[in-house]
Amino acid sequence: MNIHEYQAKERFRAAGIPVPPGEVATTPEEVEAIARSIGGMVVVKAQVHSGGRGKAGGVKLAKNPEEAREHASRILGMEIKGLKVTKVFVTPAEDIATEAYVGVLVDRKSQCPTFMVSSEGGIDIEEVAATKPEAIRKLKVDPRYGMLPHQAYWLANTLYDDPALVKQGAKVIGQLYTSFVDSGASMAEINPLISTKAGEVKAIDAKMSIDDSELFRRPEVAAMRDTSDEPWEETKARDAGLSFVKLDGNVGCCVNGAGLAMATMDLVKYYGGEPANFLDIGGSSNPDKVVAALEIITADPDVKVILFNIFGGITRCDDVANGIVEATKRIDIKLPIVIRLTGTNEEQGIKILADAGFSAFTSMDEVVQKAVELAKA
Amino acid sequence: MSILIDKDTKLVVQGITGRDGSFHTRQMMEYGTQVVAGVTPGKGGQSFEGPDGKTVPIFNSMDEAVAATGANTSVIYVPPAFAADAIMEAADSGVKLVVAITEGVPVQSMARAHAFARDRGVRVLGPNCPGIISPGKAKVGILPAQIVAEGPVGVVSRSGTLTYEAVFQLTNLGLGQTTCVGIGGDPLIGTNFVDCLEAFEADPDTKAVVMIGEIGGTDEQEAAAYVKAHMSKPVVGFIAGRTAPPGRRMGHAGAIISGSAGTAEEKVRAFEENGIAVARRPIDIAGLVQAALA
Repeated sequence: MNIHEYQAKERFRAAGIPVPPGEVATTPEEVEAIARSIGGMVVVKAQVHSGGRGKAGGVKLAKNPEEAREHASRILGMEIKGLKVTKVFVTPAEDIATEAYVGVLVDRKSQCPTFMVSSEGGIDIEEVAATKPEAIRKLKVDPRYGMLPHQAYWLANTLYDDPALVKQGAKVIGQLYTSFVDSGASMAEINPLISTKAGEVKAIDAKMSIDDSELFRRPEVAAMRDTSDEPWEETKARDAGLSFVKLDGNVGCCVNGAGLAMATMDLVKYYGGEPANFLDIGGSSNPDKVVAALEIITADPDVKVILFNIFGGITRCDDVANGIVEATKRIDIKLPIVIRLTGTNEEQGIKILADAGFSAFTSMDEVVQKAVELAKA
Repeated sequence: MSILIDKDTKLVVQGITGRDGSFHTRQMMEYGTQVVAGVTPGKGGQSFEGPDGKTVPIFNSMDEAVAATGANTSVIYVPPAFAADAIMEAADSGVKLVVAITEGVPVQSMARAHAFARDRGVRVLGPNCPGIISPGKAKVGILPAQIVAEGPVGVVSRSGTLTYEAVFQLTNLGLGQTTCVGIGGDPLIGTNFVDCLEAFEADPDTKAVVMIGEIGGTDEQEAAAYVKAHMSKPVVGFIAGRTAPPGRRMGHAGAIISGSAGTAEEKVRAFEENGIAVARRPIDIAGLVQAALA
């Protein structure tokens, strides 16, 4: 789950990181009032779950409250990478002397939280990695001991020459690690971490992604979810315990297991069709999930056929068969449904379907070809 | 022969009394796996009713279970909130292999659990994996037994159900398996492709290997380089997610394409450049194995 800049700043502030004040607004009038109470120059920043906000024109400097309102009226409602901006963050403009980059993520290879810092901040870290890799310093943190003070100093030494700034930088790095752990993040980033001409280190931007598997034990973080720029189907799917991604085709796919779901989409494409979605009904299944899946798939007007591809392991074929039968009783489905069912409790599953008037395939290739043929008919 | 598990595997089931744990314990026992103990805190002293009137003693802790039964392997069906601790408890109990089926274990908890297990020389498989089956010998996890057969092919995969698909095709073509291993779809997993390839290369009965990958990360690329440098046996590959849009998480926490790393095209290319025959459709996997063994 991605959270907004203003939410990540709340998390950072709670960990003690110096973050300039600011407020969120949804109308130009509110922006003007906030700018007036801050006084002086402010920055108006679009709050969307996407990078590249500055390049898209979603971050603007304003000399006075009136100008802040004008910027807000342009930014609110604009689209950044397909996401509509409904909120802006208003914060004082800072007197920047240097810009650094500080980030931490869980590295797959070392299986440890790994820090990356660079004195070349304010731009994409990927760009620094490509053009000036020597400007990046990396550190693996042993998750059992956490960030050790000397490690934070070692990283901060890359960022600054002035010992006073090094000390502040090291403190922020330690606090960022604490915030990363306490938030159950998979990634946390300050870009830029600035030093002001007055010699203060501050985080003027903030980015954080939360590991979805952490949310059950962090209700205060889970409450930060903003679904306003997400398709409703994805919200409904998540609430039902399904994993769903909307695509542009017309073959509605309902599959158990992420790998098989991707392979099914690939095979639809291979046979000349276009998948309408990725949908994984998950491991331990119950009929309610199948009902929710069918409701989501059939709500898409482009869908011409519903394709089930179920290979039972922990998911039992009889559960899925019951779900399909129950769902077709509860909602009126006019679209053709083609079903492939094999694996655990296969005989019971096929019997349940046969008794309800459905026929099931056992071959993935056959069922996908049939679905593509029906989608084209 | 086989890799990781065989007739000598003595299994303890962590979370034996739960819905999934009890269902799959019966399935493992029916397959002939020696399930010697179960662990559910608070239910020590009770016993689990298996198939054919067999029973399995339940213990409160892994320590007691291993001391009483000499178990050498554990399988974990406990809920996500307790799974990382269950892995560490197992790693401290004397078993050598811990198979973690649980899906949705927090990644930061797994970073600690993997480090803990590594320090103790204990192999973890998973989490979020379907487990292992060595046909005719033992199964640990949730792989459906009716689709496997004994034979010369080793199978290793990041996926669950897609593994079943590939194995089913192999069996239908008369190509049985030495061992099928699902390594799991999480970002941090205990046993990777290279670990399994190394074991299959060393196993005299394995004559060919099927490797099933998906988008996300660079494990497949590293495995491909390993195949070229160290494998004498033919390897057939498949990559899922050619149609996946970039930047979206496709179910598995690990299956997300970010930047240039982790696309299906990149992985297919790495396979092909390193002498791995790549199947375009799942149904083609078995045919390529047959051709490689001919």
